[in-house]
Amino acid sequence: MADFVSGFWNMWVMVLVALSILFCAIVLLTNMKGEKSETGEAQLHGHVWDETLCEYNNPLPRWWMYLFWITLIFAVVYMVVFPGFGNTKGIFGWSSAHGENSQYAREMKAAEERYGPIFAKYQNQDLQAVAADPEANAMGQRMFLTYCAQCHGSDARGAKGFPNLTDSDWLYGGAPDTIKTTIMGGRQGMMPPFGPVVGAEGAKDLANYVRSLSGLANDAARAQKGADLFAQNCAACHGADATGNQAIGAPNLADKTWLYGSSEATIVETVTKGRQNRMPAFAEFLGDAKVHLLAAYVYSLSNK
Amino acid sequence: MAQSKHEMIEKSVGWMIVLTLLTVSVGGLVEIVPLFFQKSTTTPVEGLEPYDALELAGRDVYLREGCYNCHSQMIRPFRAETERYGHYSVAGEYVYDHPFQWGSKRTGPDLHRVGGRYSDEWHRVHLINPRDVVPESNMPAFPWLDRPLKTDIAARMKALTAVGVPYSDEQISGANASIEGKTELDAVVAYLQGLGTALKTVK
Repeated sequence: MADFVSGFWNMWVMVLVALSILFCAIVLLTNMKGEKSETGEAQLHGHVWDETLCEYNNPLPRWWMYLFWITLIFAVVYMVVFPGFGNTKGIFGWSSAHGENSQYAREMKAAEERYGPIFAKYQNQDLQAVAADPEANAMGQRMFLTYCAQCHGSDARGAKGFPNLTDSDWLYGGAPDTIKTTIMGGRQGMMPPFGPVVGAEGAKDLANYVRSLSGLANDAARAQKGADLFAQNCAACHGADATGNQAIGAPNLADKTWLYGSSEATIVETVTKGRQNRMPAFAEFLGDAKVHLLAAYVYSLSNK
Repeated sequence: MAQSKHEMIEKSVGWMIVLTLLTVSVGGLVEIVPLFFQKSTTTPVEGLEPYDALELAGRDVYLREGCYNCHSQMIRPFRAETERYGHYSVAGEYVYDHPFQWGSKRTGPDLHRVGGRYSDEWHRVHLINPRDVVPESNMPAFPWLDRPLKTDIAARMKALTAVGVPYSDEQISGANASIEGKTELDAVVAYLQGLGTALKTVK
């Protein structure tokens, strides 16, 4: 699309292109004549170097000359059928991405006609039914590998700070609709830093207490002290029994699943500095139809 | 007669230089120069803001580390690309990029719409060691990025105003203070998170 600030540039392009082609044609025309003498011997250029060294002035090789003409003809034909000669659109009306009939629009339309009905079929089904469909899961997995694997891993088992989606432990809930809500709208995980509140010793006490809840090795005396601190500072989000709160994404601290790690040092770091992480929203980028399949796929991972 | 002209061009260095320059400049005069006078390449898309101080500093780190060698910032209008990366890139999104970071090869994915696609935390972990989050990744680790940002970004912004980036005097005078205490990692993440967000994905 050429939207020049003035018509001058349109003319500029057209004149220069036309002159270039014309110039090439003239150069070719004036040099295509075979310059052989009447006796059939090639003529010599006028230059003489190093006493006797001369240069033949042979005609242009035919194959080379024809290629040159073909190139020039191709240029003219191209300019007629495709856009390029200034603002002309070309008789094919081709465009890469502008307008209803552009190459991109046609490609998207063809894909929509082919795949649209498949997506629509699943979109109208209940998530649990979609999750039980092998074809839908294959589609879901392919999309998962494209859009989700960077954080959750190609096996969906996650990484430190990025939840494992194949287990039955959920930060925000593992019901099919909840998973879909999570993907569509994203989630903002926010554990505030408690370092200033509980201090270094308090953080250690807390770490020992939450480790005791999951049956991990701990210092009983510290765990005892940690229990009080927990009730004061942590229970509001993680619950009095530390089983978490899915409404706000507060993890269950009494199970064996640890998002950032269960070592004392890691828990102390979590308590002291807090944790921030975000699941991006995909509603705008992927749209409901794709997210529907993705949610079903993720649900199927832990509900075989 | 034709011979004598030929000889003149071949034997006079001055004529040779002038005519050679004239010949090789035609392509540029036709294909490059008119772009400077085309609205779609010189007008920013609606909502496009110049990079703020931190993003600009991050962009400089991006250049320094040679990210453009493996990552393009140019989504072409093909379905295979727009499905993966989002809406294809348009020229008006690059008007404040000097120089642009289109790249020419994708060893890694295109980054033009990476803004908001991952969390800040993901970018931090991933830049320090990509394999912590993507075990299959062959991207190099950049563990040294977690160090204080040392740059006179105000001077950089001032230089950019010379090529038409509309920074205000307040933005420039406050620039160095606004990146005080930030790390290179913060800057790169800020830059990445802003990429391609001006033009909203239309689906």
